[in-house]
Amino acid sequence: MIVEAGHFALILAFVFACIQIVVPLIGARRGDDALMDAGRMAALGQFAFILAAFLSLTHAFIVSDFSVAAVAANSHSAKPLLYKISGVWGNHEGSMVLWVLILALFGGAVAGLGNNLPPSLRARVLSVQGMIGAGFLAFILLTSNPFFRVNPAPVDGSGLNPILQDPGLAFHPPFLYLGYVGFSIAFSFAIAALIEGRVDAAWARWVRPWTLAAWCALTLGIALGSWWAYYELGWGGFWFWDPVENASFMPWLAGTALLHSAIVVEKRGALKSWTILLAILTFLLSLMGTFLVRSGVLTSVHAFANDPERGLFILGLLLVATVGGLGLYAMRAPTLKTGGLFAPISREGGLVLNNLLLGTGCATVLIGTLYPLVLDAFGGGKVSVGVPYFTLTFVPLMVPLLVVMGIGPLLAWKRGDLPGVLMRLRAAAMVTGIACLATILLNDGPAFAILGVTLAVWLIMGALTELADRIRLFRGPLSASLSRLIHLPRSAIAMTTAHAAMGITVLGITGSTAWQTERILIMSQGDTTEVAGYALTLEKVAQVPGPNYTAERATLQVAAGGRTITTLYPEKRRFTNPPQITTEAAIRTTLMADLYAVLGDRQEPGAGGQGKAGWTVRIYHNPLVPWIWIGTVIMVLGGLVSLTDRRHRVGAPARAQAPGRPRTA
Amino acid sequence: MSQSAPPRRALTAKRRRLYLLLAAGLTLAGAAALILNAFQDSLVFFLTPTELKAKAPPRERVIRIGGLVEEGSVRKAEGGLQVRFAITDLTNRVEVTYRGILPDLFREGQGVVAQGQMDADGVFAAKEVLAKHDETYMPKEVADALKKSGQWKPGQKGASGAKDGKAGAP
Repeated sequence: MIVEAGHFALILAFVFACIQIVVPLIGARRGDDALMDAGRMAALGQFAFILAAFLSLTHAFIVSDFSVAAVAANSHSAKPLLYKISGVWGNHEGSMVLWVLILALFGGAVAGLGNNLPPSLRARVLSVQGMIGAGFLAFILLTSNPFFRVNPAPVDGSGLNPILQDPGLAFHPPFLYLGYVGFSIAFSFAIAALIEGRVDAAWARWVRPWTLAAWCALTLGIALGSWWAYYELGWGGFWFWDPVENASFMPWLAGTALLHSAIVVEKRGALKSWTILLAILTFLLSLMGTFLVRSGVLTSVHAFANDPERGLFILGLLLVATVGGLGLYAMRAPTLKTGGLFAPISREGGLVLNNLLLGTGCATVLIGTLYPLVLDAFGGGKVSVGVPYFTLTFVPLMVPLLVVMGIGPLLAWKRGDLPGVLMRLRAAAMVTGIACLATILLNDGPAFAILGVTLAVWLIMGALTELADRIRLFRGPLSASLSRLIHLPRSAIAMTTAHAAMGITVLGITGSTAWQTERILIMSQGDTTEVAGYALTLEKVAQVPGPNYTAERATLQVAAGGRTITTLYPEKRRFTNPPQITTEAAIRTTLMADLYAVLGDRQEPGAGGQGKAGWTVRIYHNPLVPWIWIGTVIMVLGGLVSLTDRRHRVGAPARAQAPGRPRTA
Repeated sequence: MSQSAPPRRALTAKRRRLYLLLAAGLTLAGAAALILNAFQDSLVFFLTPTELKAKAPPRERVIRIGGLVEEGSVRKAEGGLQVRFAITDLTNRVEVTYRGILPDLFREGQGVVAQGQMDADGVFAAKEVLAKHDETYMPKEVADALKKSGQWKPGQKGASGAKDGKAGAP
C-alpha cells in the first residue's frame, strides 16, 4: 500500500511540475502576482510529493519488501540497516528518485527562501526548474519506475553490490547529486535572465550562493568518491581519470570557473554574457555526467546498473536542454549590455585567465572522455584514453593557473600594478624558493615533484600574503591586525582559505604520485619485509565471519626502529549475496604518510616443490596522501564560510562600509 | 583633456578585446597542441585475439586485448607472482605474461582485459590486467569480441560489466 502511495505521489509530483512550468511563466509575462505565487506553491508541492515518494521507497528497502522489483534486485534481508538505506540510491531507479528529490529541494528552496528576489525573476527561475523536474520525472515514470511490483515476490533479494557496501560510498552519491543538481539553479537563473533580458550585479549576487552551495557539495562528493576508491579498490591510487570520475570533474571545473566569473559580474558588471554561458554549460555538463553514468555507454568502475534505452531518454533530455539553452543564449545574449572596462593586468584580467584555463582544461577532459565513444560510434575501432593523455594535457594547463592563483587576488580591480604586487609577494617568493631548493636537494623521485611542491608552496604563500596585506600584519600593533581580521568580509577569508587549501591538495597529489613506494611479494607465516623504513611481519591469516560475508584476515605486525608500532588487518571478503570477493585494504596513517596493505590470493607451492606456500601481499607507502582530502575538506569549509557572508544573507540590509576594505557591491 | 577622452576609451575597449582574443587564442592553440601530442602516443587500441593476428600492430605500441581466460592455461612461477595464461575469443588465442597480483575476479573461463605490448616471441607482456566484476557480467568489449568471433552464447549475459579488480603498474 505504501509503495502504491509512493508511486501515486510521484505521478502527482509530475503534475505539479507541469503546473510549475506554465503558470508562473504566464504570470511573469502578465505581471500577475497571484499566478507567480502559484508557481511557488507548485514548487513546494512538487518537493513534498517527491519527498513522500522517496520516503515510501526507503520504507520498502528498510522493511525488505521484496515484492518491489527494485528492492528485490538490489537489497537483501541480511544487509546492515545503513546499507539497506543507502541501497535506495545504490541502484539506477532509486538514484534517479534521489536526483529529482534534490532538484525539487533546490526548487522548493528558491520558492520558500527567495523572498528578496524580484517576483518575475523568481517565477521564471521556478518555471525552468519545473521543466527540468518534469523531464526527469517523466524519465523515471516511463523508463525507470522504482515502484513496480514482482509477482510472485522472491523469498530474498539478490543483494547490493558488495563494493558499494561502504560508509564512504553510502554518502558519495547524495553529495555528488547535491552538486550536479545544484547547478540547475544557476542554469535556471541564467535562462530566466535571458528571458528577462537583464543581468546585473544583483543577479550575480543571487546566483552566487546557490552556485557556491552546489560547488561545496560537488567538491565533497568528488572527494568522498576518490577517498572510497583509494581505500576500497585496493590499487593504492586516488584518481584514475576514469570516464565517470571525469563526468563529475567536468562540472566541477566549469562550476569553479562560474564561481569566479560571477564575482566579476557582481563587482564590476563585466563578463555578463560569458557568465550566463558558463552557467548554462555547467549544468549541461552535469546532465552529461548523468547521461554517461546512467546510460551504460561507458565501461567503467561505476557502470553498475544501466540500460541503453534509458540512455536514449536522458540523451533526449540533454539535447533539449542544450538546444533550448544555447539557442536562447544565441538569440538573447547580444542584447545584454556589456560594462566595466578593465586593463589586462587587473583582478578581472586574472579572473578571465582563470576562466580561460579552467575552461580549456575542462575541454581537454571532455575530449579525452568522449573521444573513445565517438570513435567507436563511427566504427573507428575501440580505444581507451588512459592516464598518460590527461597527464600530458590537463596537468600542463593547470600549471599556469596555479602560478596566477598566487598573484591574481593581490591585483586591484580595473587596473592592477603588477610590479607593485610582485614586490609585495617577495617574501612569499623567498619561501617558495627555499622550498624549491629543499625539494631539489631531498627529492629522490621524478623531477615533477619539484614543480609540484614549488607551485603548491607558492599558492599557499600567495594566499597568506594577500590576507596579511589586508589586515596589515606586522605593520602595526597585532591587536589592530586581529580586529581587522575579525571584521574582514567573510568572503575574503573564504578565498584565502580555499586557495591555500588548494595548495595543500596539490602537495598531497604531488607527494603521493612522486614518492609512492610499492612492494608486491609472497609472504608465508612469519615472513618479514621492509617498506619505507617499516618492517612488516605476517603473523597469521585467519577466517573471520562478518555480518553478511566471511573474511580472510591477515595480521601484519608493523615495526619501526625495532619497536612494534601497530598491527594492520587487511582482508579479503567473500560475499554470498551476490557472490563476490572484495578487497579491504588496511591503512595506517600518520597524516604525513599512509602505510597501506592489501591481501591477495593464497599461493600453493608449485608442482615440483618450487615456490613456497603463502599469500600475495601488496604494500604501499604513500607520502602526503591524506593531504589531498584534508585540502578538499578545508576548501569546502572555505566555501561554507563564504556562504555566511553578509551580502548573501536573506534580507540583510547593505551595511555601511566594513572596516576591512571598501566593498563595491 | 575632455576632448581626447572618448577616442582613448574606444581604443582601450578595442585593445582589451584584442588582448582577450589573443589570450584565448593562445590558450586554445596550446591546448590543441597538447591534445594532438597526447593522442599520438597515449591512445590505446582494443583488439581481440583474432584482430591481433590479422593486424599485427607494431611491437612498441601499447594495446589492450580482451577475451576469455583459456581453460587450463594459467601457470604460475616465481612463487605465484609471475603468471602466464592465454586469452582466447574461442577462435584464436594469445599467450600472456604478467607480473603482479591478479584481480579478485580473475578466473579461467571468465572475461578479462589485458593492457601491454607484444614481445619478440609473440607473447603479450601485460602491464595491467582487468577482470569483470561479478559472476554474470563481463566487460562490454569482451562480449563484443565474442560476438565478432561468432562464439557468443546467448546464455552469457552481456550487460556491460565493470572492471572491479585492476592490477598492475599504475
